[in-house]
Amino acid sequence: MLDWPVLSFTIFLPFVGALIIIFIKETDDSITNIKWAALSISLGTFVLSCLIWFLFDKTNPNYQFIEKYHWFSDFKFYYHIGVDGISLFMILLSTFLTPFCILASWESIKQRVKEYMIAFLVLETFMIGMFCAVDTLLFYIFLEAVLIPMFLIIGIWGGERRIYASFKFFLYTFLGSVLMLIAIIYMYQISNTMNIEELRNFKFDKNVQIWLWLAFFASFAIKIPMWPFHTWLPDAHVEAPTAGSVILAGVLLKIGGYGFVRFSLGIFPEASYFFYPLVFSLSIIAIIYTSLVALAQTDWKKLIAYSSVAHMGIVTIGIFVVNQQGVEGAMMQMLSHGIVSAALFLCVGVVYDRMHTKQISFYGGLVNRMPRYAVVFMIFMLASIGLPGTSGFVGEFLTILGAFKFNIFLAFFTASGVILSAVYMLYLYKRVVFGTIKNEKLKTILDLNSREIIIMVPLLIFVFIMGIFPNLFLDPMRLPIKNIIINYELANGK
Amino acid sequence: MIYWIVFLPLAGFIYCAFLGTRFSDRYSQVITCSFLTVSSILSWIIFFKFFSTTETQTFHLLNWITSGDFLVNWSFRLDTLTAVMLVVVTTMSTCIHVYSIGYMSEDNSISRFMGYLSLFTFFMLTLVTSNNLLQMYFGWEGVGLASYLLIGFWHHKESANKAAIKAFVVNRVGDFGYTLGIVGIFFVFGSVYFDTIFSQAENYADQKIHFLVFDFSTINLLCFLLFIGAMGKSAQLGFHTWLPDAMEGPTPVSALIHAATMVTAGVFMVARMSPLFEYADTTNIFVTFIGASTAIFAATIAITQNDIKRVIAYSTCSQLGYMFFAAGLGAYNAAIFHLMTHGFFKALLFLSAGSVINALHHEQDMRNMGGLAKKMPQTMILMWIGSLAIIGFPFISGYYSKESILEIAYFTNSSVAVYAYIVGIITACLTAFYSWRLLFMTFHGNSRVPREIWNNVHESSKVMIIPLVILAVGSIFSGLFFADMFTGSEKEIFWYGSIVIKHDHHHMPFIQTLIIKLSVAFGIVFAAIIYFYKKELAKTLTSYLNPLYVISQNKWYIDELYTKIFVKPAFFLASFFWKYIDQKSIDSFGPDGVSRFINLLARGASRIQSGLLYHYVFIMLGGLVLILSWFVYK
Repeated sequence: MLDWPVLSFTIFLPFVGALIIIFIKETDDSITNIKWAALSISLGTFVLSCLIWFLFDKTNPNYQFIEKYHWFSDFKFYYHIGVDGISLFMILLSTFLTPFCILASWESIKQRVKEYMIAFLVLETFMIGMFCAVDTLLFYIFLEAVLIPMFLIIGIWGGERRIYASFKFFLYTFLGSVLMLIAIIYMYQISNTMNIEELRNFKFDKNVQIWLWLAFFASFAIKIPMWPFHTWLPDAHVEAPTAGSVILAGVLLKIGGYGFVRFSLGIFPEASYFFYPLVFSLSIIAIIYTSLVALAQTDWKKLIAYSSVAHMGIVTIGIFVVNQQGVEGAMMQMLSHGIVSAALFLCVGVVYDRMHTKQISFYGGLVNRMPRYAVVFMIFMLASIGLPGTSGFVGEFLTILGAFKFNIFLAFFTASGVILSAVYMLYLYKRVVFGTIKNEKLKTILDLNSREIIIMVPLLIFVFIMGIFPNLFLDPMRLPIKNIIINYELANGK
Repeated sequence: MIYWIVFLPLAGFIYCAFLGTRFSDRYSQVITCSFLTVSSILSWIIFFKFFSTTETQTFHLLNWITSGDFLVNWSFRLDTLTAVMLVVVTTMSTCIHVYSIGYMSEDNSISRFMGYLSLFTFFMLTLVTSNNLLQMYFGWEGVGLASYLLIGFWHHKESANKAAIKAFVVNRVGDFGYTLGIVGIFFVFGSVYFDTIFSQAENYADQKIHFLVFDFSTINLLCFLLFIGAMGKSAQLGFHTWLPDAMEGPTPVSALIHAATMVTAGVFMVARMSPLFEYADTTNIFVTFIGASTAIFAATIAITQNDIKRVIAYSTCSQLGYMFFAAGLGAYNAAIFHLMTHGFFKALLFLSAGSVINALHHEQDMRNMGGLAKKMPQTMILMWIGSLAIIGFPFISGYYSKESILEIAYFTNSSVAVYAYIVGIITACLTAFYSWRLLFMTFHGNSRVPREIWNNVHESSKVMIIPLVILAVGSIFSGLFFADMFTGSEKEIFWYGSIVIKHDHHHMPFIQTLIIKLSVAFGIVFAAIIYFYKKELAKTLTSYLNPLYVISQNKWYIDELYTKIFVKPAFFLASFFWKYIDQKSIDSFGPDGVSRFINLLARGASRIQSGLLYHYVFIMLGGLVLILSWFVYK
């Protein structure tokens, strides 16, 4: 397709950018330069990833833009990267959100700006690398590497309880990943390969699959997160700076879903079938339980964090019903959630920058001072509760459809999330935006400035594009998902 | 042409949203009103075309979702049913847009209001023109959204915000059923397109499906799920609580959304799906039962309410009940006919009430009205016309539609039809009673309006009266003009397969029609006696029937019941889950527990590391002894 390695360029451009930024000395004058440098690098990465999207051949179900170099001579470990329909949009999501993170931190981050920007650029490299990896160990390395910048972002630029939250986040996710590492090593010993495609064709014994599946599950269930492994998420979100929450909700949660599709379904089809009752029970609990918990929250960010857990419950149901609508619905739901929850956190960030509190009771009547903000927040809220025509609907509906094919009961519970999400989001919106201004401090709050509008508008556009022309996103992922499903059905003799 | 009809209101909304505040409000008003007028003229043209050419037309716009074998497009459908709904929606909407210019003239976000109205109209039009269930759902949720926005239009009012949320959430509960219905239909029929579903409906008439622990007939279950959605949207018994509260919104909103158009979406949907509902015998009984029960239930509340808008709101519930029981008995044409005439007279009633409310500076309590006929003769006449239409005064629109509904109930041979017929007649009597109660309390008798307001009361401006006159004309003549086509001899040619039509046509025996008329007359006379001639009688009656009166006054305590069984437990569970399960169980035994345990372990381990030489020597010695003894005993 191209005679230069576009994928590696995309992965390492932010990293190189970060290296360049290291050499800029941070002074009052150069801070703006640092910000602009970081922004332009992340935008450049986004352009490159769009090029990948543009050149992507959606009739090809296999990996494209493949690069493969032998890394360690002693054992079969390759720097092997590629893109297929499943990872394509995860990469785009990462590159799309990073510029907004940098823009959103433009004024709110005042200390250690240089290090902050470097952390984000490095984080971007790791995220893209992780979604591109075709080699399991490479995937693992990037997956673990992602934790480091994120740990620093929460721990250094976070809120009051940032140390507690960052440690909880790091250790919790690390625990899961270590189990996954053991599984990877064991798989290598049996099959003598770490290539995802070869592993898919290597038929593991069912009992082995079950143990391996559990090890991977430990990692992904914590990442996504599923009930009851979700308690790190609200803490991490509350303490993280706005941009940290955006990446956390927008991309890092998706690693779990991506991993379930790629590894659990792809490599361990029999174990996935064996464990579906477990996954569904946890998912249904997640949908109902966390939706209710979200209702009781007094902290704005915590509420959205809990709503994320509920939305991810829908994703896991969609993935493990393993039919075309279910998995595609789960993928759409992840993409939509990536944009919508990121946008909701940005919305929180807008007023947090002005008032420095996330307590819902502090606010009320914002619409009187911030009409534009009210509109933007309203649209994202509606997308979050899955109004048809917005991005949230397509994924949710397809998932319910897939669930109904599987079992009518499952569809029943999945759909109950539709009611509950409306309750807590509308209730939040009413408390924050509507009413009259009672708090004296809010009487001088300003509406969105032009920088914030520049952040919000592309996100809004994507919310509608995904709602009205979802085929743009569904088409490329169709064939790879179909392959996984066929593989799954063959393995389970359906 | 259909694209113009549907997308012109959207264009109006987009103008209001992006440019509305930049230019004068007058532009927003002119643009939205003229767009709507064009749209309604086009709708009437299409409607008249359907008198002769009756082919169903479909228009394909774009692909929407393709996933596996699931395929759905943005596409439109034009048949008689759609044409009727287009006319109803655009005409009402145009009248109400124009009326709003006058009604909202003192508000400070006129442009936003006009934009919302246009947005609503757009969604309603996509709902009625849709060619498949999913796009219909788009319109369905969209009108819910517009309704939410408009109920909460005065967002500084706490009660308005609460009512808006309530409306949205109650509708969502219905939509939950509706979503499952769509999904189920796709599962069974492999398509969400109307044509495909209807052509296969017959094959599935006897199929069974397993749900919960029972075996249901497939079509019964699917229709039941769809009907749950219709109950939510059309505020039927159990789901009705949001509608009276929705009266917190400005009155044009109540007229447009919560009387003439949106709440009838449920009836429309049932009529649209009539080829499927035909095979759902059990569900049809349920539909009839719910419809009839709602009709009388809402009427019993309406007779004691004092808020003028709430009376009309309950009356709307009640009339929707009529439509549903007609639909449940298979008289979809009668249901749609009543939908149309009801659209006219209910919009008229609401807007006239709005005219009164506006004149009295947002006073809605009828106990503070009375004698307004002297000050507002035009409004009074219009209100009388509306009331005559709703009770079914001979040769005025409501007469034809209501009569045909009762007729079908009379001629259908089943116990639920008998129930519906009796309830229908009692409700007709109650309808007459509360309508005349409203007229007497508002326009006649002595004025109870405070003096300073009374002196300022004047007839509403032309811009408000003219739409009312149009609606009044519709209320009087729509029955006379369309009776033949909708329910009379030409019905089969007119509907041309767009809905299911029962072929038989009888006339009710004279004695039965007389009973209906007498019961209506009784209602009027009774209202006249109590509220006009012998006012002390009202007090005596209330004290005699006190328990009944209190129940009716408090709307059968349904709201309180729902608060007790749904709202309170939800919040209780929410904080219980959060405080006790999330924090006290998962966290304190999970991550925090582990870290506490490790801390403890570390502290224990660090105690060994005392830094004192003789401790270390002692431990070394102990170790040495152990190792040596192990070697010795091996």
